[in-house]
Amino acid sequence: MLGVFASMLDGVLVGAVYGLAAIGLTLIWGVMDVINLTHGAMITMGMFGLYLAFTELGLNPYVALLPVAGLGFAAGVVIYWLSVHRVVGRPPLMSLLSTFSVNLMVIGIGTILWSTSPYNIDVSLPGFSLGEYTFTGNHLLAAAAAVLIAIALSLFLARTRSGKAIRAVASNRRAAELMGIPSSQVLARAFGLGIAIAAVAGGLIATLFPFTVLSGSDYQLKSFVVTVLGGLGNPTGALAGGILLGLIEGGVTPFIAVSWIPVIEFALFVLILIAFPNGLFARRTHR
Amino acid sequence: MTKQHRWIIAGAMATLGFAGLVASGSSVAAADVVTIGFTESETGALNVDSIGQFNGFRLWRDQVNAAGGITAGGKSYQVNLAFYDDQSKPDRVQQLYSRLILQDNADFLFSPYSSGLTATAAIISEQYGKIMITTGASEDKTYQLGNKYLYEMYTPASAYLTGALDALKTVHPKARVALAYADDAFAKAVATAARTYVQSIGMELVFDEAYAPSTTDFGPLINKMISAKADALIGGGHYADGATLARQVYDHKAPLDFISLLVAPDSPKFATLGESAVNVTAPSQWAPQATFKPDFGPDPKTFGDAYRKAYGIEPSYHAAGGYAAGLILQHAIEQAGTIDPDKVAARLDQTDVETFYGHVRFFTDSSRHGLQAGHSMVIVQWQKKGDQLVKEVVWPRAGATAPLAYPLH
Repeated sequence: MLGVFASMLDGVLVGAVYGLAAIGLTLIWGVMDVINLTHGAMITMGMFGLYLAFTELGLNPYVALLPVAGLGFAAGVVIYWLSVHRVVGRPPLMSLLSTFSVNLMVIGIGTILWSTSPYNIDVSLPGFSLGEYTFTGNHLLAAAAAVLIAIALSLFLARTRSGKAIRAVASNRRAAELMGIPSSQVLARAFGLGIAIAAVAGGLIATLFPFTVLSGSDYQLKSFVVTVLGGLGNPTGALAGGILLGLIEGGVTPFIAVSWIPVIEFALFVLILIAFPNGLFARRTHR
Repeated sequence: MTKQHRWIIAGAMATLGFAGLVASGSSVAAADVVTIGFTESETGALNVDSIGQFNGFRLWRDQVNAAGGITAGGKSYQVNLAFYDDQSKPDRVQQLYSRLILQDNADFLFSPYSSGLTATAAIISEQYGKIMITTGASEDKTYQLGNKYLYEMYTPASAYLTGALDALKTVHPKARVALAYADDAFAKAVATAARTYVQSIGMELVFDEAYAPSTTDFGPLINKMISAKADALIGGGHYADGATLARQVYDHKAPLDFISLLVAPDSPKFATLGESAVNVTAPSQWAPQATFKPDFGPDPKTFGDAYRKAYGIEPSYHAAGGYAAGLILQHAIEQAGTIDPDKVAARLDQTDVETFYGHVRFFTDSSRHGLQAGHSMVIVQWQKKGDQLVKEVVWPRAGATAPLAYPLH
């Protein structure tokens, strides 16, 4: 029984980080109706950004999350103006192809720079034990950081002028413009914010697990499941969706082979799409 | 300078260039060249494991060419390697081996790295009747399909973990064993044999599960091993998953007394895991401390020194396998006195030779033609000597450089 509880707790801790990764995707999707397929690549860049800050600059990996977030934001704004701005409001296939192209370029450059070898951030924080089961400090801190960032983002969207502008543009772009809100700049900032969060999530994942240039795509897939669970454009919903996904993963693994987990995840994905097309936590949406 | 002068100079340069091309072309034509084609996984999941093998091929080529080439029938053949990045993907292997044969006119082939990719390449090599020396590909099944031109350098997968279990039996005869292995052709073949062997030597298999080769979070698996009260872990797959599993077993403080994982711990890179690597064992096709007395080619020390000089790192068994693949092909060509594939294949069938890599001989009956019959494995363990991690041979006892460190921590 303790084993099942330990597995579920492990799942919740990792799930919070899945939730954070999904927040970046759901924010962009919700605000500008763009399914951002650079999401996985940006998670990867967050991993390598943290790795370089840790190994080359000697920064504490948790402190290094700040420059990773800043660079992620800047990269997001650049990607917005280069590949997204002209396709916002156009058929979804255009933004899918556009962001997918950027994704291929980023992964291609990453492969040239770092090959596809596994990298590892050698940080180990003391955790706690329940019987023979140990929970690492890295997992606890990553989960706590994910929750804090999700809360901060919710407050930002609900309480600040910039956040309200993002919500206004998401709600009705033309009306927002008539009120004097520069919608393109707001969308660029929202895109930058989404990428910054994806990069930070990538950085946190890099403190937990080894990674390669190709790792981001796995977390991108999980982000889609979490986004559907949590509802479009809803950061707290995405966090809750991530935690729920982790809980489900942790809850079933003691009883079935781990290779069944992706099957269960994507069966859930389809079921939620059919039964709750707006997500399980849709009523709390900020839109 | 007038326009006319410019045209004259340009014409002269073009003529010189053309002459240079002719000279260069004729010099290539004058030398006899044997082309060996292969793919390597410069990118993708198998990249760490593939690099060692690739380095081994290149070192062999450089040394053979520097010594005048392969001598056969009174001719000296310079070795030309033709290779591409297969991105660790079978579909790329299929395209590229066809290209190596049809466009690059490869005379012989080396295998890609891994059993899965080699199984794909073998379909092409057999279709065109090309000899392929396989290395880094130990799944038995590929050699039991009636292939005629496939020759395996590695001890087959079915024997990979038996040595580790024999070593464990000496210190814990009734061990409760967890078997966690990558869901790929090679690891599954190893696991199938290990599962039977665990029970045959009186140990209890308390956990038996495959995981996706791309797994990065082993937490759920480790928790299940702890719940099953396992005291030994065997399994793994390739470098990325094996190194991750070892690190997370350490981070989770799993109460395991013995770990033996495929492939990953043999890589020099495994030592970068620090404390997580301590006392982890691995079955290895070869170790630099080997003391084989070769009938052909360099001795283990000469090979090890040359490899360190060329690449600045310790040779892994993948590197040794790559070099030895070239050596065995060279031996067969020299014995045959020709590069005619059927005659070289006939000599490969008769191969019975000791090299720096150990004994090499192939089964020749049709049910398992080309399967390795002469080579045997060792068990290596990362042991802490002061602040350094050193890879020691701990099994078989006859060839051990240190006793098995047990329990793990």
